[in-house]
Amino acid sequence: MAAVITKVKQKQIAQLIDNGKRLDGRELTEYREIKIEQGIIEKAEGSARVLLGKTEVVVGVKIETGEPFSDTPNEGVLTVNVELVPLASPGFEPGPPDESSIELARIVDRGIRESKAIDTGKLCVVPGKKVFVVFVDVYVLNHDGNLIDASALAAMAALLNAKMGKYEVEDGEVKMKSGYEPLPLRKHPITVTCAKISDKLVVDPWLEEEQVMDARISIAFDDDENICAIQKGGSGYFEPKQVFEAARIAKEKSRELRKKLNW
Amino acid sequence: MNDKPEKLIDKKGLRLDGRKLDELRPVKLQVGVISNADGSAYIEHGKNKILVGVYGPREVHPKHLALPDRAVVKCRYHMAPFSVQERKSPAPSRREIELSKVIRESLEPAIFMEYYPRTMIDVFIEVLQADGGTRCASITAAALALADSGIPMRDLVVACAAGKVEDKIVLDLMDTEDKVGSADVPVALMPNLNAVTLLQMDGTLSTDEFESAVNLALEGCKQIYVLQKEALRIKYVNVKEENKEEAEE
Repeated sequence: MAAVITKVKQKQIAQLIDNGKRLDGRELTEYREIKIEQGIIEKAEGSARVLLGKTEVVVGVKIETGEPFSDTPNEGVLTVNVELVPLASPGFEPGPPDESSIELARIVDRGIRESKAIDTGKLCVVPGKKVFVVFVDVYVLNHDGNLIDASALAAMAALLNAKMGKYEVEDGEVKMKSGYEPLPLRKHPITVTCAKISDKLVVDPWLEEEQVMDARISIAFDDDENICAIQKGGSGYFEPKQVFEAARIAKEKSRELRKKLNW
Repeated sequence: MNDKPEKLIDKKGLRLDGRKLDELRPVKLQVGVISNADGSAYIEHGKNKILVGVYGPREVHPKHLALPDRAVVKCRYHMAPFSVQERKSPAPSRREIELSKVIRESLEPAIFMEYYPRTMIDVFIEVLQADGGTRCASITAAALALADSGIPMRDLVVACAAGKVEDKIVLDLMDTEDKVGSADVPVALMPNLNAVTLLQMDGTLSTDEFESAVNLALEGCKQIYVLQKEALRIKYVNVKEENKEEAEE
């Protein structure tokens, strides 16, 4: 947040984009290099590290038993939390989650929840009493922009990596057996963020572009190329036609990523 | 819990409350309802009842948040414990914190923030009763309260949602439709600038359905915009009449 960028550089970034170019040499609709590593934390049921350019995010998945929500007594529970750890950026401070980290967590949550990525019906142990709770903890380790897409990718990669111990139910109690099985997943949402700079749409904004942008829009697509979540952010606006253009760009980029990741 | 209605849209194409697919709930707006506030507004949007008070521009608190080139806008969206079926804890939930942020970001583009450097504008939103679409109704009322406070604005901001219920795109979802329906798309608009300042979505929509939902929501916004301007006008008509009466006395 508080990282400083000079007016000269702001102008340079905006002017370049106006001419269809970017300071780091990318095309307007080009992602930075994406690296995904899974299973990096042995003690977590599932984990992944995503590098999006220099942005680095680690996600750990923990699975525990808990109580279901009263309106969904037969379904497991998904909980997403984001920690913007202070070592990741001069603008992050220790303390309870602020509005940026809550917004980020809720965007990641919405992508997974609304696409029905996790088959929560299979996570019920005793209806109304006991279900599995899937904790997705997002740890931002280096902030170089577009935390939304990096976190969403890392969360999904960690869920794909997650294993559940086999169990049986005895008198309403969970008894673990030997062996593991994967977490039941149905969909693989992919979130694509476009920033509006100089009235143009730019995919995967890095930190300095985020400081110049008027507004951003993040769109999550499921495996059937349906939109399952959207969030506009930033103190600027989009014209309706820019919203639809962003949806088209995001659809294309999510398809491209899906192919690359084989999700 | 299991009081889900079987059908949200009947054979005649009417919804649970008798509305057509593209029909808004009744909207009632009132400006200048809190005497202490610099600006205020009250909205009844269907069963939603929301009060908004604006304070500022005033001294920034805490001081280190002050910006040298523009005003800081602070927004608090809060739901009263009695506003929903099951009592809501008065402590701000994660949902309320997120909504406070997106509502603030939907209002900021309308405000000439650069006119008031080193100051703060507080927007306090209290949801007294909620029935689906509170963020939209809050924005509609908050823009009126800002205008009422006399802060220069580029345009009013007006918000409305559209969504998908039983395979049909419908306007202005109420609570049941929001919960049982398959998608909800809240949109905020500055009509004169054709600028979308808030856009969210949850549920599942194809890109075509999404486009029609946004377009429908924009139409809804334009309808409410007329009511918004009328509410502002009425306040000043009333002020004028009061002055006249005083003069006659």
